[in-house]
Amino acid sequence: MGPQHPATHGVLRLQLDLDGETVIKAQPIIGYLHTGIEKTAESKHYSKAIPLTDRMDYLSPMSNNLGYCLAVEKLLGIEIPEKAQWARVCLAELTRLNSHLVWVGTHALDIGAMSMMLYAFREREKILGIYELVSGQRMMSTYFRIGGLALDLPPNFDERVREILDLLPSRISEYEDLLTENPIWRNRTIGVAKISPEEALSCGLTGPLLRSCGIKHDLRKTNPYSSYEKFDFDIPTNDGCDVFARYVVKMEEMRQSLRIIRQALDGMPSGDYRAHAPGVVLPPKEKVLSEMESLIFHFKIITEGIHPPVGEVYQGIESPKGEIGFYIVSDGSPYPYRMRVRPPSFVHVGALDKMCQGGLVADVIAAIGSIDIILGEVDR
Amino acid sequence: MGLEEKIPDGILLTTVDKMVNWARKSSLWPLGFGLACCAIEMMSTFAPRFDLSRFGMEVMRSSPRQSDLVIVSGRVSNKMAPIIVRLYEQMPSPKWVIAMGACASCGGVFNNYAILQGVDKILPVDVYVPGCPPRPEQLIDGIVKLQEKIEKESIKSAVKK
Amino acid sequence: MTEIHEKVEKKLRDSFSSSIREVSHFRDELTFLIEKDALLDVLRFLKDDPEFTYVFLTDLTATDWPDREERHEVVYQLYSFDSHTYVRIKVRAKQGEKVASATAIWDVANPFEREVYDLFGVEFEGHPNLTRILTPEGFEGFPLRKDYPLTYEVPQFTHSVDDPPEVIK
Repeated sequence: MGPQHPATHGVLRLQLDLDGETVIKAQPIIGYLHTGIEKTAESKHYSKAIPLTDRMDYLSPMSNNLGYCLAVEKLLGIEIPEKAQWARVCLAELTRLNSHLVWVGTHALDIGAMSMMLYAFREREKILGIYELVSGQRMMSTYFRIGGLALDLPPNFDERVREILDLLPSRISEYEDLLTENPIWRNRTIGVAKISPEEALSCGLTGPLLRSCGIKHDLRKTNPYSSYEKFDFDIPTNDGCDVFARYVVKMEEMRQSLRIIRQALDGMPSGDYRAHAPGVVLPPKEKVLSEMESLIFHFKIITEGIHPPVGEVYQGIESPKGEIGFYIVSDGSPYPYRMRVRPPSFVHVGALDKMCQGGLVADVIAAIGSIDIILGEVDR
Repeated sequence: MGLEEKIPDGILLTTVDKMVNWARKSSLWPLGFGLACCAIEMMSTFAPRFDLSRFGMEVMRSSPRQSDLVIVSGRVSNKMAPIIVRLYEQMPSPKWVIAMGACASCGGVFNNYAILQGVDKILPVDVYVPGCPPRPEQLIDGIVKLQEKIEKESIKSAVKK
Repeated sequence: MTEIHEKVEKKLRDSFSSSIREVSHFRDELTFLIEKDALLDVLRFLKDDPEFTYVFLTDLTATDWPDREERHEVVYQLYSFDSHTYVRIKVRAKQGEKVASATAIWDVANPFEREVYDLFGVEFEGHPNLTRILTPEGFEGFPLRKDYPLTYEVPQFTHSVDDPPEVIK
């Protein structure tokens, strides 16, 4: 199954060993989108590497930004103001909705329910409208910066997001009506691409795949970051371990994301959108234009870059695909000595072999759709 | 006076070039070739809001033998380059190439060992659409420009390609 | 968090005192630098210990320090579902030395080690299929090493067919 294929969600190549129609072995061959992001990030300042992180998991760009910014902020040891944290949570959950909508659209398209893609992309346009409202860009917004947000939230942010909150629950119910009890969908997804919980742990699966095997683990609850501990939400799990279980888990996750966004909007604190840490975080523009000290800091940060302490940090966050982790090694210079991204999709592609063995070729398509990979992240 | 009065109703007069070009530009069939982030914007262009089937691209063919337009959307790595050339050679003539996005046009954000600096190093590109990723409206603008370009072609030049 | 880390440090020091070179605490994270030969024993110890249960290999990567004699530093990140903590184990190897493969303990080490081999050139002993995974076939060199150039191509501002763009290595 070559790199150019309508159902491989990118340039994934699978070498299938078949016995008639049954799959004996499925070996993924990746690397067709290898971009050398980690090497490029070593030659850029810390804040200049943020746009590179957007382009890895390009369906949930704000999640990647969040992970990177949290890792660098941990390295620097700075505190982020409440408002920036809550805004980050709100946008990260919108990103989760974005990613799951595209997932359900393309997965259903592969299995045969073609109209799902049109519905999902219609919903997604609203979320892209929010991205455009806050940052000006539809996809690669790079809205999170080291120390907080790039710009303050616009005044009609609350209103526009509430429109989505009012619209989406009924639409998600519509999708569930179309798919959950549908006999064709159930036949194609129940019992397909099974992986046991022990194998899942050994294969390093995280995120919705692990939760669909019955293991209740979510980094937002166990290792909360960016004030997630203040929000009230459930972790959906399912014991099916198959494609249908992953679908059920993700649909419920979408509803929980809506719950979190509503709480974030209702309780959004006021305050600064950027931390006050002279020397590492850019000061607000009004101060730069009026105070000499801020001007000097602004100049030094932009031209020389920041000088973090020597050390290394790892920050893992719960992205829509799984656990994305940023491991940053710093040697005191303005350039990261090593920026490593732990990609969830890379690990999930490694588990494809176990999932596809003994199944049919059509089940391979369902399996690839269900593990929700993004090739930009697999190959970096 | 003139020829128009002597011919009965229901007959159009034109050149063969114009007829053929009108047919070609109105029903371009793109090859489903999404590489990276620009592919998602391409999929959004096919989606209900910025419907691309208004311009004749109702179907996205998966096989290169049945398509006549390649929209190279996304960064082209050195590993992928021979495959793109092979796909392009499999397409029957006449064929056109749109380089969508900054990475396909000139390497984009990435200037390193792994990314080909522009797909025009290996394929003859007709229209470049800049952006990272380009908005669906920009892609539609690029496709309309391609359609204008096709209108001006003559059959002789297309066959030689 | 740090309470568990103190227990882990104490227990590891008791069991593997000769193999631990360095322990560091930075921003609430615990990192052990151990001898290469004790790698699999330490990993198994942390995985099987009933009190700590670091059963999950989150990440396996490497860093290149060309100034040191042992230039390759392979980093293992472990996670425990019971205590919700991470632990980092590092080993160092000279260029050309082999590191024991963790594929016997975790399946996920398979793709990670192939990637480290592809990008850094570190060979893992006992890996079933140590081949390049990300770079094209026939690629020479190990991209993420510090002495491999970024290969920046100078952008052209005028179109010229005879004068190919300059590639800065």
